[in-house]
Amino acid sequence: MNAPTGIGARVKRKEDQRFLTGTGRYVDDLPLARATYAYFLRSPHAHARIKSIDTSAAAKMPGVVSIFTGKDVAEAKVNGLICGWVVKDKHGQPHKSPPHPVMAIDTVRYVGDTVAMVVANSHEEAKDAAEQIHVDYEVLPANVDLATALQPTAAQVHAEAPGNLIYDWELGSKPDVDAAFAKAAHVTRLDIVNNRLIPNAMEPRAAAAEYDKGTGNYTLWSTSQNPHVLRLILSAFVLGIPEHKLRVIAPDVGGGFGSKIFCYADETLVCWAAAKVGRPIKWTAERSESFQTDCHGRDHVTQAELALDKDGRFLAMKVETIANMGAYLSTFSTAVPTYLYATLLAGQYTTPLIYANVKAALTHTAPVDAYRGAGRPEATFVVESLVSKAAQEMKIDPAELRRRNFIPPNAFPYQTPVALQYDSGNYAPIIDEAINIADYKGFEARRAEARSRGKLRGIGFSSYIEACGLAPSQVIGQLGGGVGQWESAQIKFNPTGNVQILTGSHSHGQSHETTFAQIVSDKLGVPIEQIEVVHGDTATTPFGMGTYGSRSLAVGGSAIMKAADKVIAKGKKIAAHLMEASVEDVVFENGTFKVAGTDKAVPLGQAVFAAYVPHNYPLAEVEPGMDENAFYDPANFVYPAGTQICEVEVDPDTGVVDVVNFTAVDDFGNIVNPMIVEGQVHGGIVQGVGQALLENAVYDKETGQLMTGSFNDYAMPRADDVPSFKLGYKVTPCPHNPLGVKGCGEAGAIAAPAAVMNAVHDALAPVGVTHVPMPATPLAVWQAIHGAQAAA
Amino acid sequence: MTISVAMTVNGKPASGKVEARTLLVQFLREHLGMTGTHVGCDTSQCGACVVHVDGKSIKSCTILAVQAEGSNVLTIEGLAESADKLHPMQEAFRENHALQCGFCTPGMVMSAIDMVKRHDYQLDEPTVRRELEGNLCRCTGYHNIVKAILAAAPAMKAAGV
Repeated sequence: MNAPTGIGARVKRKEDQRFLTGTGRYVDDLPLARATYAYFLRSPHAHARIKSIDTSAAAKMPGVVSIFTGKDVAEAKVNGLICGWVVKDKHGQPHKSPPHPVMAIDTVRYVGDTVAMVVANSHEEAKDAAEQIHVDYEVLPANVDLATALQPTAAQVHAEAPGNLIYDWELGSKPDVDAAFAKAAHVTRLDIVNNRLIPNAMEPRAAAAEYDKGTGNYTLWSTSQNPHVLRLILSAFVLGIPEHKLRVIAPDVGGGFGSKIFCYADETLVCWAAAKVGRPIKWTAERSESFQTDCHGRDHVTQAELALDKDGRFLAMKVETIANMGAYLSTFSTAVPTYLYATLLAGQYTTPLIYANVKAALTHTAPVDAYRGAGRPEATFVVESLVSKAAQEMKIDPAELRRRNFIPPNAFPYQTPVALQYDSGNYAPIIDEAINIADYKGFEARRAEARSRGKLRGIGFSSYIEACGLAPSQVIGQLGGGVGQWESAQIKFNPTGNVQILTGSHSHGQSHETTFAQIVSDKLGVPIEQIEVVHGDTATTPFGMGTYGSRSLAVGGSAIMKAADKVIAKGKKIAAHLMEASVEDVVFENGTFKVAGTDKAVPLGQAVFAAYVPHNYPLAEVEPGMDENAFYDPANFVYPAGTQICEVEVDPDTGVVDVVNFTAVDDFGNIVNPMIVEGQVHGGIVQGVGQALLENAVYDKETGQLMTGSFNDYAMPRADDVPSFKLGYKVTPCPHNPLGVKGCGEAGAIAAPAAVMNAVHDALAPVGVTHVPMPATPLAVWQAIHGAQAAA
Repeated sequence: MTISVAMTVNGKPASGKVEARTLLVQFLREHLGMTGTHVGCDTSQCGACVVHVDGKSIKSCTILAVQAEGSNVLTIEGLAESADKLHPMQEAFRENHALQCGFCTPGMVMSAIDMVKRHDYQLDEPTVRRELEGNLCRCTGYHNIVKAILAAAPAMKAAGV
């Protein structure tokens, strides 16, 4: 008997064969005849005026084909990059929009800003030539410290944004929140720095482009999470290539985590220059370029307060945040610390009043934009750090304090005070299950045992809520989002009965080729081997929004369901004709159309064949062919939720934090493939543990040099930094999408930083430590322990 | 100025003219068109480029093509007996969902095979985690990679590979 392949089955991945045999095809793998290679000269300064650029020596270097500078690009009337989300400040004014040229013209604004592009016959020749470009810089003072970026003394990044302020935005009523604080029995306060991260997908960003002089068609291969959106931005705003003359292909892409959503200068220039050079151009970032020029994530400075009554019930929350935008506004940067952050500050709780004020600041650093979780990890870190600290201060068990404030299951749909309406959830059984799996009851015994070995053991909770699958389009439009938030799907049967699912989503590790096939196999009864998922090519797939914000299954999968319904509806008409029955009497079960109460049956394959060979076919009522399109615009976000429990042991002599136990219980709604969901959770948790203990993007405060510009300096989580994980599930199906699914891609990264840091603080509380900055590196922990001892 | 280089790659003779500075990984990818071996960094940290040279795992970005002159090189493309019969390590990666985006996978698999052999098919979780120090994965959180390697060790022994 064959293994099950439908919804809920642990189907092994269809994509694995090529990845395991070295036959995947990533951008850098493409063989392009007569290719040239681009190398970008990057600014070595955080802030400088370009006095002159001399390319004459470089142009004479072997193999050089062309050299372009900002002046060439400006003269060719290439527009700047855009920010696609207009956030209105607290006075209703749109955010400041400084220009974002694809190549610096007279000023460089961060280390890594693009200064020149060399195109040569090989990568090495391009790089050698770039070394011969002489740029005369006048170095200017740099503003790299977020905490002081908005002060009048800070160096200005753009004249268009006085005081480096992009917006001053708020949500909620400050007077109401202040009044609630005045009546509180207890107030917990926290100063938080949410550390800056570098996404570091293992495949560096890459682009290749070709221009066909005969047709005027451009083809751009890009490491993109959303090729249609990239094409739209390049066509409508930046390069002016008509949309139908530009084909964007995102083939196999080696991880994204948000960093490959955005439209970047490099790929824009590669596409533009391919026509100028008249030969294909390839470019692949060196890892140091990725560190310098991929959009970074997080980077908030926050003051947060939680007001509680004497029983520990949350009365109100107040949050003031400065969010780093970097030197230019990236594609979705403005939305991240507002609509994806402040709207999540209710967490899983009934906190009735919340006020958030967010100021977005420019600095002379790489642009900051969405990174796995995007705003929601920052919100969860604020909420869950506050809750655990309040529990400690009020001497209430941290699980009990959470339980006391959970939104009760009968309150859904639940309107939070921060705009979102949660559709479904049941939080108490989740934390109960997590406590059970983590053996919370046995913790104090484990703490005592660790103490006997000289180790400080701590436990930390993090109960997160996530809003993913941004929706509906109308609301996103009202909030300033520049695109629709639907997804597309096409189910295309071939006459022989095999199926192609064409999706606007994009898979760069998420396993769509398997899960989407499972959906169609389940719904239409087609064997999974006969189904292929096609994605990532604007020439073959319907316009789609791509993959980010854990939206692919909830939105893209729902579009596939809708298209499958259309297949069934059409098939019923064909089958009714073939069975000489009335359409109303035809039912579809297990891949076969039947007439209830009779033995008449037409398998779907037969109906499909009839649709392509319509010799006996209701041509008057039904068109030939079986190729159904659907666009799905969700009614609401989806709201995954869960609780993570982390247990750490700290070595007080060295400050080393060892994660010894990690439990995650999640409600992702219905699950299509548990194996794949587990993989998503594992990966997310490790990115969260990385943020909590290891990763930190550091710029030198004086010079603006990126101090963590390689894997030697930036601590990526390795296999021996983390344990194996214990996972559990609770299911409340999403009530408003046809699959009842919620999205699982970001949960791990959203919840884990708070779980780990709460555990670290719990471990260190007995030695008097009240605050450890994130990441809790050995140095930071050691200093906290010794600072506490010195103060005692 | 180019130098002739010749070696055996996946059991077949391979040769070409390279610059002195050409790395083994560049020779494999750019001269031989064998793009299964990946480049994920420029500091020899990530391990996406691990291949076997004369039976030992090596980061192919750490040696020059000319240093591999006369060697026997095995890459991810040469591992499976046939499309239907994968190496037990490849099979274990598939069975245990030990890969997502697939970019680190070739290096992971090649490192893992060498690890199993060096430890005489006897591995435990802490050893696997320590041994994976030279291979970065950003997708899987390592959980399933560790599981796959532990499962592959006895399977490799049984298969005599």
